[in-house]
Amino acid sequence: MREVAVISFAQAHSVRRDIIHNEVEILMPVVAEAVSQSGLTRDRIGFTVSGSCDYLAGVPFSFVMALDGVGAWPPIEESHVEMDGAWALAEAWTRLQHGDLDTALVFGFGKSSVGELPDVLTLQLDPYLVAPLWPDSISVAALQARAMLDAGLCTEKDMAEVAVRSRRDAKSNPFAQLTGDFSVEELLKQPCISSPLRRHDCAPISDGASAVILAAGDVARALCEKTGRTPAWIRGLDHRVDGQNLGGRDLTTCPSARRASEKAGAFGTPIDVAEIYAPFTHQEILLRRELGLGANTKINPSGGVLAANPMMAAGLIRIGEAASRIHRGEARRALAHATSGPCLQQNLVCVLEGE
Amino acid sequence: MSEQTPRALPEPLKMITTPMRLDYTITPGEAPARFLKGMMEGRILGERCPRCRKVYMPPRGSCATCAIPTKEQVELSSKGTVTTFCVVNLPFYGQAVEIPYVCASVVLDGADLPFFCLLAECAVEDVRMGMRVEAVWCEPSERKPSLENIRYMRPTGEPDMPYESFKEHL
Repeated sequence: MREVAVISFAQAHSVRRDIIHNEVEILMPVVAEAVSQSGLTRDRIGFTVSGSCDYLAGVPFSFVMALDGVGAWPPIEESHVEMDGAWALAEAWTRLQHGDLDTALVFGFGKSSVGELPDVLTLQLDPYLVAPLWPDSISVAALQARAMLDAGLCTEKDMAEVAVRSRRDAKSNPFAQLTGDFSVEELLKQPCISSPLRRHDCAPISDGASAVILAAGDVARALCEKTGRTPAWIRGLDHRVDGQNLGGRDLTTCPSARRASEKAGAFGTPIDVAEIYAPFTHQEILLRRELGLGANTKINPSGGVLAANPMMAAGLIRIGEAASRIHRGEARRALAHATSGPCLQQNLVCVLEGE
Repeated sequence: MSEQTPRALPEPLKMITTPMRLDYTITPGEAPARFLKGMMEGRILGERCPRCRKVYMPPRGSCATCAIPTKEQVELSSKGTVTTFCVVNLPFYGQAVEIPYVCASVVLDGADLPFFCLLAECAVEDVRMGMRVEAVWCEPSERKPSLENIRYMRPTGEPDMPYESFKEHL
């Protein structure tokens, strides 16, 4: 296996609704920043791959228009996944294994504000028996939260504590959307929006974008020496899917996250920092167990997606945030996790290590 | 013991109809919004890339080759040249114009990129590459923030442009 490292990362400020800029205009400076930070020039990038979702944008082939912001002339080698940018990174990593290219630009972007996100995500469900009932994504997550509560695996207070910690930690993240000091008591006084979930239990709706540069072997070392960073080597990368049938799996578990963590070499091993994609507070509690994270691991110092959730970019941001701490020498071994689909159906785990 | 007569199985269910609807409020973006404001005023405002100097119409906020924002507005003429075109003969669902009609890729004078538009006031068989055309606008009172304020392009009668002058757009 060829060594591949994350050598730079950039993201847009996540906002509830950007009424001025379209996706390309949000993305352009983010890509420019990631490229500039990497020490590369655009013409030296071997492979480009993006993650985005047409149903989010309400426009077919929306990712093709995004290439206007990347500069696709002379013609570039390029791909796209209709998924979060974390999976685009998985494709870039795979492409670099071929050995003929040394660098890749990965980006993810989306404006969740233009549609009704919970309804858009309903389209992920079984189109015959489930989607026609229009269970929105929050209600579906609420089923899982109820299962967790009934099984005694967490309490509503535990869930609120996740939200309090996330928003407090997000105060030091200039790109986060929901930040501040809250108390568990004041949060628990709020009404449920979809029982047992309250607003603070759910990730916000965000517009945003992110970009990462990958480089292989000695090319990564040389570039990082120039830019003064410790390369964040990808030592493990795996992703798994559970069955789509919500009634066909135990929603208090997440076998795909567990398996991905095991296969990526993370489960039960020492991890300094973990950036995990938990769009609902109960899911962070669930994932801590299923990813095999210990008590000494700092969870979501960025605030996680409960502080900012730009769909299609947020998973890549987890990888970027984890990598950044290695770049700055603040962590030696980090885990980044991304999820997709209802109730944590699909999960990606990436293990990053400094040299 | 009584014998049960087997009942016929019901007709297999072969199709279900599941209506769905999603509403979106799209943001045009900063540069497209500047363009659409011009459309409201009956003006065609392209934008120039500061690096390669190409003028985009309609502008989308970035130069596709340089990947930097376009900022400088350039007022463009309503006249242009047909680079290539297509005669539509096939009927399709939602068709707004009677067939046969011509869809053309026109470069307006001053722009560096063609845009798609209808050609009209012209026999379908007379349309040719290099033909000079001009915009026919809707009534000012009917204007919307949309490229559709230009109802179609029609021939001006000027001599055709030579192939060399527009071949890079093909």
